Amino acid sequence: MSDQITEHRLHFKPAEGFRSRAKAVVDTPFLRQSFRGAMDFLMSKRAAQFPDPEELESLRTLGEQIRQYNLARLPDLLEQLEANLTRNGVRVHWAETPDEANAIILGICQQWNAKLMVKGKSMVSEEIELNHAAEAAGISALESDMGEYIVQLAGEKPSHIIMPAIHKTKEEIARLFAEKVPGVDYTDNVDALIQIGRTVLRQKFMEAEVGLSGVNFAVAETGTLCLVENEGNGRMCTTVPPVHIAITGIEKIVEKLDHVPPLYSLLTRSATGQNISTYFNMISGPRKPGEKDGPEEVHLVLLDNGRSQAYADEQLRKTLQCIRCGACMNHCPVYTRIGGHAYGTTYPGPIGKIVSPHMLGLDATAGLTTASSLCGACGEVCPVKIPIPELLMRLREEAFSAPHPNPAMRGQGAGYSPLVSAIWRGWAFVYRSPAMYRAVSWLTSRFNWLTPSRQGAWTSVREPLKPAAKRLRDRVRERG
Amino acid sequence: MNARDRILAKLRPFSPSTATTAPDVAAWFAAHRPVESPAEKARRFRHFIELAHAEVHAVTADNWLKTLCAVLRARGIEQLLVAEGTPHGEQVLDGLPPQGIECATYDMAIEAWKTEMFTATPASLTAARAAIAETGTLILWPDALEPRLMSLVPPLHIVLLDATKLYNTFYEAMTAEGWKDGLPTNSLLISGPSKTADIQQTLAYGAHGPKELVVLMLNVPEGAQ
Amino acid sequence: MSPATPRPTDVYFFATCVVDQFFPGAGMDAITLLERLGVRVHFPEDQTCCGQPAYTSGFPDEARKVAAHQLTLFPNDWPVVVPSGSCAGMMKHHYPTLFAADPVRKAQAEKLSPRIYEFTRFLVDVLDYRPEDRGSACTVVLHTSCSARREMGVHLSGKKLLGELSQVTLAQQDHESECCGFGGTFSIKQPEISGAMVEDKVQALKASGAERVVSADCGCLMNILGHAAWKDRQEGRTSASLPGEHIASFLLRRTAP
Repeated sequence: MSDQITEHRLHFKPAEGFRSRAKAVVDTPFLRQSFRGAMDFLMSKRAAQFPDPEELESLRTLGEQIRQYNLARLPDLLEQLEANLTRNGVRVHWAETPDEANAIILGICQQWNAKLMVKGKSMVSEEIELNHAAEAAGISALESDMGEYIVQLAGEKPSHIIMPAIHKTKEEIARLFAEKVPGVDYTDNVDALIQIGRTVLRQKFMEAEVGLSGVNFAVAETGTLCLVENEGNGRMCTTVPPVHIAITGIEKIVEKLDHVPPLYSLLTRSATGQNISTYFNMISGPRKPGEKDGPEEVHLVLLDNGRSQAYADEQLRKTLQCIRCGACMNHCPVYTRIGGHAYGTTYPGPIGKIVSPHMLGLDATAGLTTASSLCGACGEVCPVKIPIPELLMRLREEAFSAPHPNPAMRGQGAGYSPLVSAIWRGWAFVYRSPAMYRAVSWLTSRFNWLTPSRQGAWTSVREPLKPAAKRLRDRVRERG
Repeated sequence: MNARDRILAKLRPFSPSTATTAPDVAAWFAAHRPVESPAEKARRFRHFIELAHAEVHAVTADNWLKTLCAVLRARGIEQLLVAEGTPHGEQVLDGLPPQGIECATYDMAIEAWKTEMFTATPASLTAARAAIAETGTLILWPDALEPRLMSLVPPLHIVLLDATKLYNTFYEAMTAEGWKDGLPTNSLLISGPSKTADIQQTLAYGAHGPKELVVLMLNVPEGAQ
Repeated sequence: MSPATPRPTDVYFFATCVVDQFFPGAGMDAITLLERLGVRVHFPEDQTCCGQPAYTSGFPDEARKVAAHQLTLFPNDWPVVVPSGSCAGMMKHHYPTLFAADPVRKAQAEKLSPRIYEFTRFLVDVLDYRPEDRGSACTVVLHTSCSARREMGVHLSGKKLLGELSQVTLAQQDHESECCGFGGTFSIKQPEISGAMVEDKVQALKASGAERVVSADCGCLMNILGHAAWKDRQEGRTSASLPGEHIASFLLRRTAP
């Protein structure tokens, strides 16, 4: 392994290039097939976990209630969590922005003269682009989740929040390992590839001064951080190095320990179709005197980064119910066509479209809000019943309305177009008035031979739309 | 104001502390997870943990050391990490060395023997505190005698489980044992050997933790052998 | 649902702007079928559009203006039958939200909501219609719109109606519940993704082995048939490889005396 893990700085791409990135994937049959196959696999695994629709529905309702109950008490619970973690010996830090979070984490690393930070899977650390900040500070940040390790080796970003390397075939990974991991010959045997990763990373777990992780649930009443994983790298990162730093969004909090089992069950069953993950790791403090392993210091970084903006609006607050299972991606016909990278945001897919505007502002994400047919598959499978289509419509309104004072969101009006708004006003002018509508639709039907044969984007893959020569109302009237 | 105060100040005006009623988790489990007999729980536990690729042996207080020996021998392993000072650890320390199994103990802080732990410790034995039938899950509370890494680093992890300590659900386990009143620094649910499906959705075992998980089940009820 | 509900003698027919202008035949067939089943059908002359295009595009003010007008169309307490799952969903589920800040119209919307029926559900649940097949053997495939499926929960009524037809085989398609890629302005704003979705949908429908596709939503049909015809032209076919029609037209033809 070279010390310089990624060759170049990678930043999340602005949403502007979305359409061309989406087109690039859509036009590649191999990629389309492989995303389709992967999503079919995940959808069937989830379905097998929920054979009883009544149980699923009641569990989703319970999950929604738990999340809403805890969000309603968020500021109190954050204080309770902080008090109990502090009592347990965990140091709690607060960050409003990605820069603040990076400064906190790198500050801790510097206190420990850390050269190497091993990372368990954490989407929040992707959100703050910690790896680049660490590199700039001379600290290697090494991903240890197999999927994350693969995308980091490739100089890429995760394309799925649960399956980071879902866009890669085993042959691509085999070539990547042979090229980037010293002393490794080409093999596309999956077990052999995993053993290569295991060997490399076990060495790094021993060397690292700092282990970083995300948090799936933070329990306020006990001061406990819960982590869900299958591989064991999360446990390595939180147990072997002398320092463990956990980072989480401020929303991932529950008041009571008994709120955890329903959410945990919904999470693993919805995400990968497992009845449970291999490990559920509950961390309530650093190594105590007399204990022989575990970190000497445990830190928690609580990150806002736009979440408080979503929180301030009753409807948008539902965005924060998310437990990051990724089921909305797996069931999304758009994600299935274009994969995760096309979105250009840390969180892709339906959840990405509703959460990213709060993190990046609508200026950078307005275009993404249109990348949905509002088919509702995401909302249907969401384990905590986030009404994703409804939130997308709200975000469209925020994005495309004329800028106004006191907006609910940063970047409100970023997608405003006087022409488009005028067209909709004109549309409303016609359709709100029966007389106008009759006149206009009469003209388009009588002069339907004037209908253009090229109708912009519609006719790129479809025959032109042509109004009928006689409207239904004409035929009804003629019939008497 | 610091970041903490600024964040809380942004949230506070929109936090109705009584707007939603408490979710009734207990009622959900009462309605959806019927009480099961010990034999049913043992069968379900075994079924699910075996599905997750663990190997399960029903043992008795008299023969479990023999089974342990056989498990190690079948893999050509002659060395086992055990917890000195625990009843099961002491039995192993008495019983296995005469059988040609060398027994190491976790008698100093990890920093003093990290490399040895990672490179020269093929197998470990720990006890489970309890287990969960519905998902085939072991509950471990590592402590000073039986530290955290014993269940993580050795490629073969063997667990001694008393089948009388089986709960139906995770929820039942935490409420029956009153976890909310005090958790150890680290507590764990383990449901099989370490695994990953990150390469083309192909399941592979032995990602970062144990490649194999073996459960020795004591006191298996009649009808669940 | 309720064969217990008294059988209505009169209904309003809300055609939707798409049916009025682009699929008048489907509207006519739906009206004829309802009449044949002994229901008097009233077509409010002043109807225009449910307002959904503006609503889903992020222009709720414009949607509200148009929707407000539709609220005035149905003075009598008759059911309102809509030959489209998505327009019915708009009127049934979104009108009350749309007028949340307007107590008078909100009350009107809430009163209207339970009277709104998607066409196939009305046939099955209210009229208890069991069509008697008079056609020759054929195989069809059914496409149900996402709104009909997820918002209105009526995906089973179309299946039930087709299942009653003794000579009709209902073909199975892959990814049946997946969106066809129409999504209103989505098809214009994201043509690449929408195009890929409709391409896959048409392929799956054809691969089902069916002779034709039927659907209870003309928006989807516009998209699916529009792409199928485009593909036919691209590949030099002179006859339609995937003909299709509204389920009302299909039912009317199959049951013609």
